Amino acid sequence: MSLLQSTQLRPDASASAARRAFIRAWPEFQNPVAWLVALILVIMPLIANGFFLIEIFGTTLILGIIALSLMFLAGYGGMVSLMQLTIAGFAGYMVAVFGVSANTNISLGWPWWLATPMALALATLFGTLGGALAVRTEGIYTIMITLAIGAAFYYFTNQNWAIFNGHTGINTVATPQFWGVDWRSDIAFYYVILGVAAICYFAVQYVSRAPFGLALQGVRDNARRMAALGFNTNAHRIAAYAFASFVAALGGVLQVWNYRQISPGSVSVGACIDILIIAIVGGITRPIGPFIGALIFVLLRTFALDFLVKVGLDGNRFRLLIGLGFLAIVFWSSDGVIGLWERWRRRDASAGARPGGGRHG
Amino acid sequence: MDSVAQRLSAVGAGAALELRGVTRLFGALAALTDVTITVRPGERRAVLGSNGAGKTTLFNCITGDFPPSSGTIRFFGEDITQFPPYERIRRGLRRTYQISALFPGLTVQDNVYLACRGVSRGRFSFLRPGQNDALMHATETLVQAVHLTTVKDQRVAELAHGQQRQLEIALALAGAPRFILFDEPAAGLSPTERRELIEILTSLPAHIGYIIIEHDMDVALRVVESVTMMHNGRIFKEGLPREIESDPEVQELYLGGGHE
Repeated sequence: MSLLQSTQLRPDASASAARRAFIRAWPEFQNPVAWLVALILVIMPLIANGFFLIEIFGTTLILGIIALSLMFLAGYGGMVSLMQLTIAGFAGYMVAVFGVSANTNISLGWPWWLATPMALALATLFGTLGGALAVRTEGIYTIMITLAIGAAFYYFTNQNWAIFNGHTGINTVATPQFWGVDWRSDIAFYYVILGVAAICYFAVQYVSRAPFGLALQGVRDNARRMAALGFNTNAHRIAAYAFASFVAALGGVLQVWNYRQISPGSVSVGACIDILIIAIVGGITRPIGPFIGALIFVLLRTFALDFLVKVGLDGNRFRLLIGLGFLAIVFWSSDGVIGLWERWRRRDASAGARPGGGRHG
Repeated sequence: MDSVAQRLSAVGAGAALELRGVTRLFGALAALTDVTITVRPGERRAVLGSNGAGKTTLFNCITGDFPPSSGTIRFFGEDITQFPPYERIRRGLRRTYQISALFPGLTVQDNVYLACRGVSRGRFSFLRPGQNDALMHATETLVQAVHLTTVKDQRVAELAHGQQRQLEIALALAGAPRFILFDEPAAGLSPTERRELIEILTSLPAHIGYIIIEHDMDVALRVVESVTMMHNGRIFKEGLPREIESDPEVQELYLGGGHE
């Protein structure tokens, strides 16, 4: 005890220990690139006009949030869920149904501050129930069940007119306006998206090192051993679905505010698979991966058309580019773009370490 | 809850582990047939037998990895036959695996931390452990006890075989074990590592009993006080180590035909 106290009395030692612990807990604060990216994101409205701000960066962050929920399940839990976009879409539909829209026969007209929590809660419940079904299976069967849920929801929204208004969907969904600010105006909305994305990113990062996240990684690595250590592995998996569903639902609310409408096209099977592609291309080993994947996806979707037309091809073939990119990533880097980046940095660091010696990431 | 006296009276003799007529079928194959074993608290016992004698199946039935097809299992008086594995572990049962069952993507420290967390509250905690977290201290102590302090921040996938076996044991010692099942802990260890293993086993607190499956008689008979011999899924013989060692039937069966 006295030994312990004497080390704690030396401010130097305890400060550096605290610093080490902090760095261990939040490695991204060590990284100058991360600070640079954060700075650029914060001052983005000074650089980018409305189109870039929302159509490129806003959309990237929203898709990134939804793909982040898949990264959490797949990367830490080993569960590939194809229904994350469906959960997001469900949240979007609930915002439209409970809130205000042009379809007054459907929308209940609740204020946004009631409709939004309701949508988040229902979507989380929906995703958790879906997860409770999916955790009874493993591997490819999890993919099949979640894909089935996604496909069923898509066809249901197409055919149900009482709540989902069939294939026309719900239009002119009202967005929040308070404190004299229209929160759907470009700059305000960009900061709302950025704030939610940052919270989701850091929450996933934080939870991955908390007992819940560690145990989830344990279940991923060896579920049988986790049970032999006292963990109820299925309950853990379902809880992971609940957490991921909430993250996806946040993305879904932002998405319906972004487009101000929602229709079955927003929850199509193709869109579900886009989320998988985004997560895989970015990389599912770290929470930053989905955001990188989303940026690549949005840039390709937006500019591939012009590019293809310029080189004399059909502009609608932008998915061909995405598909080729996907193939290339899966072939050369199973852990996505961040895997490539990490390997490049390691090579760079080992080359730099010999002469300089002191460099350490 | 129940007082200690109540629980003891429920047990009768106060056995740590009591198996009655445990049978386990895999299809038509009986891996275990009518196995009845009673182990006292703190007792240390070896289970011997050739490959396919049902030793690991016995462990799987006790921990619930595979539930028995029939029969009952009591752990300190409580009928745990229908319990899922994690409920058994939370009551103080532990086991190690013949082929290391670790978490290769996590560090040594995280592996041990999970073991400590699994048998305490807050398994679902969203809060990271702080500097003075009691389980972090327990983790440090365990990592030290199995001589893995120097590699505690390494991912388990990078460890040598002997170190993985030691980690395997550390995971079984987390929390407050009352009874441990060791499944061939010495498999693939060097002579030095075997000595360390014997040291760890013999220095366990006296109230912790265990059953050890071990082919190496030098290890097995040095760390136990009783021996159960299994053959073709049945109990073949029970006795003191020296009785078993000198038993001609056992010698013929086991030492003669054990490693075909």
